[in-house]
Amino acid sequence: MSNIPADVKYTDQHEWLKFEGDVAVIGITDYAQASLGDLVFVELPAKGKKVKLNDAFVVVESVKAASEVYAPLSGEVVEVNAALTASPGLINTSPYGEGWICKILPSDKAELGKLLDAAQYKSLVG
Amino acid sequence: MRYLPLTPRDRTEMLKSIGVKAVDDLYVSVPKEAKLSALIDLPAHQGEIEVEKALTLMAQKNHPAANGPFFLGAGCYNHHIPATVDHLIQRSEFLTSYTPYQPEISQGTLTAIFEFQTIIANLTGMDIANASMYDGATATAEAALMAKRVTGRANIHIHGALHPQYREVIETYIRNYSDVSVKTSAPDANAACVIVQTPDFHGEPQALAALRKQCDESGALLVVVVNEILSLGLLPAPVEADIVAGEAQSIGVPMSFGGPHLGFFACRKQYLRQMPGRLCGETVDKDGRRSFVLTLSTREQHIRREKATSNICTNQGLFALAFTIHMSLLGEIGFKKLARLNHERACLLADRLSKVKNIKLPNKSFFNEFVVELPVSAAQTVKELAAKGIIAGYPLAGNKLLVAATEMTSEADIEVLAGALEKLSATARTKEVA
Amino acid sequence: MTVSELDKGRGLNVEENLLFEKGTNGACGVDLPEPKNTPLRTGFAARDYVGLPEVSEPQVMRHFVRLSKLNYAIDSGLYPLGSCTMKHNPRLNEKVSRLPGFAGIHPLQPEGTIQGALEVIYTVQQWLAKLSGLPHVTLNPAAGAHGEFAGIMVIHRAHEAKGKVRKTVLIPDSAHGTNPATAAACGYETKTIPSTKDGTVDVDAFKSMLNDDVAALMLTNPNTCGLFEPRVKEIADVLHKAGAYFYCDGANFNALVGRIRPADFGVDVMHFNLHKTFSTPHGGGGPGCGPIAVSAELAPYLPVPKIVKEKDAYKLVTEDKDSIGRLKGFNGQFGMAVRALAYMMSHGSDGLRQVAEDAVLNANYILSQLRDQYHVPFPGHCMHECLLTDKLQKDKGVTTNDIAKTLIEYGIHPMTVYFPLVVQGAMLIEPTETETKASLDHFIAVMKMIAEQTIAGNSAALQNNPVSSPRRRLDEVQAARNPVLKWTAKDTAA
Repeated sequence: MSNIPADVKYTDQHEWLKFEGDVAVIGITDYAQASLGDLVFVELPAKGKKVKLNDAFVVVESVKAASEVYAPLSGEVVEVNAALTASPGLINTSPYGEGWICKILPSDKAELGKLLDAAQYKSLVG
Repeated sequence: MRYLPLTPRDRTEMLKSIGVKAVDDLYVSVPKEAKLSALIDLPAHQGEIEVEKALTLMAQKNHPAANGPFFLGAGCYNHHIPATVDHLIQRSEFLTSYTPYQPEISQGTLTAIFEFQTIIANLTGMDIANASMYDGATATAEAALMAKRVTGRANIHIHGALHPQYREVIETYIRNYSDVSVKTSAPDANAACVIVQTPDFHGEPQALAALRKQCDESGALLVVVVNEILSLGLLPAPVEADIVAGEAQSIGVPMSFGGPHLGFFACRKQYLRQMPGRLCGETVDKDGRRSFVLTLSTREQHIRREKATSNICTNQGLFALAFTIHMSLLGEIGFKKLARLNHERACLLADRLSKVKNIKLPNKSFFNEFVVELPVSAAQTVKELAAKGIIAGYPLAGNKLLVAATEMTSEADIEVLAGALEKLSATARTKEVA
Repeated sequence: MTVSELDKGRGLNVEENLLFEKGTNGACGVDLPEPKNTPLRTGFAARDYVGLPEVSEPQVMRHFVRLSKLNYAIDSGLYPLGSCTMKHNPRLNEKVSRLPGFAGIHPLQPEGTIQGALEVIYTVQQWLAKLSGLPHVTLNPAAGAHGEFAGIMVIHRAHEAKGKVRKTVLIPDSAHGTNPATAAACGYETKTIPSTKDGTVDVDAFKSMLNDDVAALMLTNPNTCGLFEPRVKEIADVLHKAGAYFYCDGANFNALVGRIRPADFGVDVMHFNLHKTFSTPHGGGGPGCGPIAVSAELAPYLPVPKIVKEKDAYKLVTEDKDSIGRLKGFNGQFGMAVRALAYMMSHGSDGLRQVAEDAVLNANYILSQLRDQYHVPFPGHCMHECLLTDKLQKDKGVTTNDIAKTLIEYGIHPMTVYFPLVVQGAMLIEPTETETKASLDHFIAVMKMIAEQTIAGNSAALQNNPVSSPRRRLDEVQAARNPVLKWTAKDTAA
């Protein structure tokens, strides 16, 4: 049973999203990190990068696979979690906490309507 | 047939177990038009005696280096290979094993690759090296592509005399890129890299400090190409480089008409994730014992597919091992000694040839190869001398001949070449006078 | 590694350290004439320190012999890696490749001095042309992936010559990763064709993806699920009608050789892996050799150098304006061509046909004996390799990885695992034709035992394998998180 906190939003690509003021903090879900296995590297986007909804903008690598993480909304990357460079395993041990990936300033509030809530995400992954 | 163990009885039993009458029933999905009922028009099977005879006859139509004075280099060198090398690479466990994807039963291969990577890194003065590439030309092309990935820039600059075949391969590899140009000018803001071969194609060792400065100022990467790896035993390590790529055939690998040879690739550690090719790394097993394993495979084609750093799948495995064995035999003392010996033979050659009338030696410096300016056509000279059993060197344009000397070059060989050139030179002058 | 680590070897099971750890005692494994130390003309001071070990010849021999004992090989046992074709490597091939007339010649020698070498290459080209039905061949590519690169570049050039460079290459989802990597390297976009529930290409989906921007299809046939694409002729026909070319990945040619020619089912370009179908040794990861064969229409675009025969003389053509250019230095992996020619001549047309039949028979025999205990994702007979999954074992805690590691424990190299990606927990098994029935029965017995152990609830033992091999399961996460890619003086073993 994967951990699905109630206080965040989700996408059907297994990302989570939580607002800190105007800025959305983004990561991948417990289900995602469990499927990927121990992560060995995270390819982070550059600060200031502009992304569109569903752009593949982060790559997470385990020993046997490299997976894309898709932007859950359009906007600008305002901060990245530099700790992941030395410790990619934070995503495995704390996917909703210390394993956050980056922060995006959204450019189109309308996109927020497409996000799933915890119950909807749970029905997706079981 | 000696390689096919199944007997007719085996086949019958197996067909019965599967539940079909004939092997043809297993090819059920093959369209009728593609099924051949008759044998393809090629010779029937032959025993070892006949096959060996046929191939020996073909081999005898070739003139190997050992048959006479030999001065050909140009990116492939006639060096001695100790008996131990060829013996060890024919051990079943090395020769007939696969890529070490199951590390628990491949520590032999993996340990040797780790040693190979260490040796290449030390030779080149770089932080990291991969498990080898196809050859020097493709390693150079891959270095150029990597520089493009790292810098995000378009152009490839070549400084000085790069082996013409290496340039051709780069041009093939970038053929379908819309934005790339190969230039020979100094690097600018669009330069991904500057490629410099040392010793260059004319045998001249290159100073790298000025190029390093140009690269620092323009933001391009410095790619140093070495295709006579033995030169690294006498010349300084190219520590100014970002990437060092080239050809290691000189150590442990027969000339073999051009392949298989042994490309190598080394670079600074910050570029690790953009490196092409296989990498072997150190780790521990469940019992805490030191072990080696292929690692960082997520750069490679079988995982990243269209986003891979290269489409390369194999390395030159067995010949990376041959190189490692030969380098172990040579060691710190022997490698430097062998390099110096090569240089001294080249000096002997240069001294003797400079005594031949109307011959000029334009090189300011050399390791074991240099240009000779003849009074006659180099191509014609090579042809005439070959008819006399002398492989004189590689003809460059016009009257220029590229000659190499190695530890296999004797004083007697040098005398034969010099004598033959003296004769040619005399004939030429006679013709001119007449 | 300390002395006590080396002491952990038992009987004939060795522990071995690195050359660099054997000390620098001034030893040297070669005897060379003493240099005269005359003034250098290199333009630089002599290099002071390189960083190499210092050992004698006996030490070198012992080191590498000990390392060899840590390796599995096809000479030691069954190596059922799907799509790798680990067949017996005849030693005659090694012997002839070492003839001085082959090993001791330089690629740039005057043509009159290397006619025998050109004859070898030309002859291998002819054999491959006849076996594929595609008349023009080059031996230049250094490996399969390099051959794919050459083939797709040739197709690109052909479209260029026709005046419209197309943008897309279609590739099935079951394809080997080299296929999309190659297409990208040639400047193409890839579009993925889904597979049907039968493990073959979804032809309707394929047809809907065809348009005048598709340059080529890259298809492996038999495919990576071990199945011959039953509608391949139809695929070829619609592809050609759309003005695109059919590239066939020949990795699985062992099922077809001598019996079926790819040209007969519509292929325009294919590559061969001499180190698979034609027995050249894998050498722990290379060298390979990846020739390509093309139709007459595509012949002008083949890479240089090209070999032509004029009367009785062979010539090397190094400049050709229609060609895609040069792929590597010199003339391709000549030494591998010699080995392959010895193999081809030894088998002959009749032997090669038998190779394909026995390969297909062996794989089907394994399939028939294991299909009750293992999940078989796709129906029907297979070609030279069969595909199973861990579906029936997984919920008891035994995965494909555990099955593979248990095979290691029982002295058999695992099959290809987790490929193709179109099924979960794939196990792709290719025994090849050089296995005896007894060898296959042994493999089958071990696989049955694993299935039975799983049912009996012994998953813990299986997950703990291997126990007896030189190393147990490795920490690959650490290797990737903290890459250590060379030995340094402060590197001491755990």
